[in-house]
Amino acid sequence: MHPVLLIDFGSTFTKVCAVDAEERRVLGNAQAFTTAATDIAIGLEMAMAHLQQATGLLDYSARLACSSAAGGLRMVACGLVPALTSKAARFAAFGAGAKIIKTFAYELTRDDAEEIRRITPDILLLVGGTDGGNSEVVTKNARVIAGIELDFPVVYAGNRAVKEDCVRILSDSPHPVHTAPNVMPVFGSIDVQPVQLVLREIFLKNIIRCKGLSKTEALLDGILMPTPAAVLTALSLLSNGTQSRKGIGELVAVDLGGATTDIYSIASGLPTQSGTFLHGLAEPYVKRTVEGDIGMRFSAHGVVEAAGMEELLRLSGLSEDKAKALLAKIAEDPSALPQDEDERALDFALAVLAIRLGIMRHAGTLQEIYTPLGPMYQQVGKDLSQIDRIILTGGALIYCDKYATIAREAVQVADPSVLIPSRFKLIRDQGYILSAMGLLAGYNQDAAFEILNQNFGKEEAYAACQ
Amino acid sequence: MEEKKKTLVVGVIGADVHAVGNQILSYAFREAGFNVINLGVMVSQEEYIEAAIESDADCIVVSSLYGHGELDCQGFRDKCDEAGLIGIPLYVGGNIVVGKQNFEEVKKRFEAMGFNRVFGPGTTPEEGIEALREDLLGET
Repeated sequence: MHPVLLIDFGSTFTKVCAVDAEERRVLGNAQAFTTAATDIAIGLEMAMAHLQQATGLLDYSARLACSSAAGGLRMVACGLVPALTSKAARFAAFGAGAKIIKTFAYELTRDDAEEIRRITPDILLLVGGTDGGNSEVVTKNARVIAGIELDFPVVYAGNRAVKEDCVRILSDSPHPVHTAPNVMPVFGSIDVQPVQLVLREIFLKNIIRCKGLSKTEALLDGILMPTPAAVLTALSLLSNGTQSRKGIGELVAVDLGGATTDIYSIASGLPTQSGTFLHGLAEPYVKRTVEGDIGMRFSAHGVVEAAGMEELLRLSGLSEDKAKALLAKIAEDPSALPQDEDERALDFALAVLAIRLGIMRHAGTLQEIYTPLGPMYQQVGKDLSQIDRIILTGGALIYCDKYATIAREAVQVADPSVLIPSRFKLIRDQGYILSAMGLLAGYNQDAAFEILNQNFGKEEAYAACQ
Repeated sequence: MEEKKKTLVVGVIGADVHAVGNQILSYAFREAGFNVINLGVMVSQEEYIEAAIESDADCIVVSSLYGHGELDCQGFRDKCDEAGLIGIPLYVGGNIVVGKQNFEEVKKRFEAMGFNRVFGPGTTPEEGIEALREDLLGET
């Protein structure tokens, strides 16, 4: 026996998972409320007590943790053109497990600086210009950021021609400066991995300590990454496999939370129809997006704003007055779980719309263009229409028995220009183990893959469009 | 340090999918020592402009073969000005208008739209390269 403890300090729950790395199986799971406001160790101890009831006393050979408590990794990204380097910066930060509070493009104004000061990000990512490309804007922006008298770290990953200049400018400020290779070294191709490594390093060294999470350090071998980065690691491993084992292939995953909806795609997303041209930025194979305005509780109002009250009423079957009253109740107490039929109906509609909006924003679009040579199609973003596996995670889906109906309803989009999956197998993260396996992957990749394969390799339900 | 190569943004504008000429031009420009950003076919005005901003381009070279170039190019100079690319050289070439028209008049119309160089059908890559060397490198 080789027991390993995996901990996820979530914003609401602290989840613990014990695995036997030798026999490659889960020994037990437990959770307790996160106690980030006081001492995070209290919640952990409670969760550990629950776990011990299931597993008995274990002598762990490693204790690994990830965290999205205390707001997660809050970032601001500053780039040049919105559709180019600003977008590349977003891909990089999302892939590192961050929550992007705001993205800026072009020259930062004094108002922008004031807004960044108000946001006080954990890290600011400064990019702009291809290597040898535009250097003025990123240099000016470095000056504006240097003038913000706070001490959040700044990562420079812009035009390498002015890297030294920008580092010098920022070194004369309270901000610690880190550098990474350009996120867009040549036009149109993005390179997000190096900057993600730098972001993770800063997360490990600084953010954890600042957020008071290091009090638990005596208990742990360290907090290794933000929770979404752990989930992304697990999904990549499950999809791609290891050196000796084949993965399950391309997939899409949905993490429906109270405050945000995260969508992951591990897929090339290349055009699947003939006569289609790929346009715009080539997107990363491993892509994560976060919809900060869409969620089941804190962001329930955002779902209604984006999808419209009419659609919510249609899906829930509720009257407008009733729906409004229930939404007001959620706003008052975001921790409440549905108690009666009406509340369950509202949650059903919210979940359908949150997933629909999240996937539609994540996936690419197809536009038909009439040319003298006949109709042609222009694809922007990833084509996920042929992806036949969707993984569902997040409390709202894991503990809901209508998850298959929710997913089926979510992809009922009449618009054929949206390249979202339509026929797929659904796999639920029943044991809530994705983040834990992402952590384990860094410790024992084969064991992590084996456990993932046991849980996700089998198809549990089938949902088809139409 | 070697002097920085001049950067060109090239592509075929509008709903035009004629890819071959554009590839030949890209190849010829690269061979002639330019740094070429080839946006391919069906390129919108905004895409040329965004690529030129990020890459700090020295010239935008617009190709069009299907006859609708005149419509596709309208307002291009204004958008460049708006985006801060004040005075960037704009080239256009190919079969840029509908039908067979007097090229001198076509040229005038495109110049009035703000294009610095206008090339008619049958232009060789060498002529384009010569113009680029003259305008960007001051060679005569």
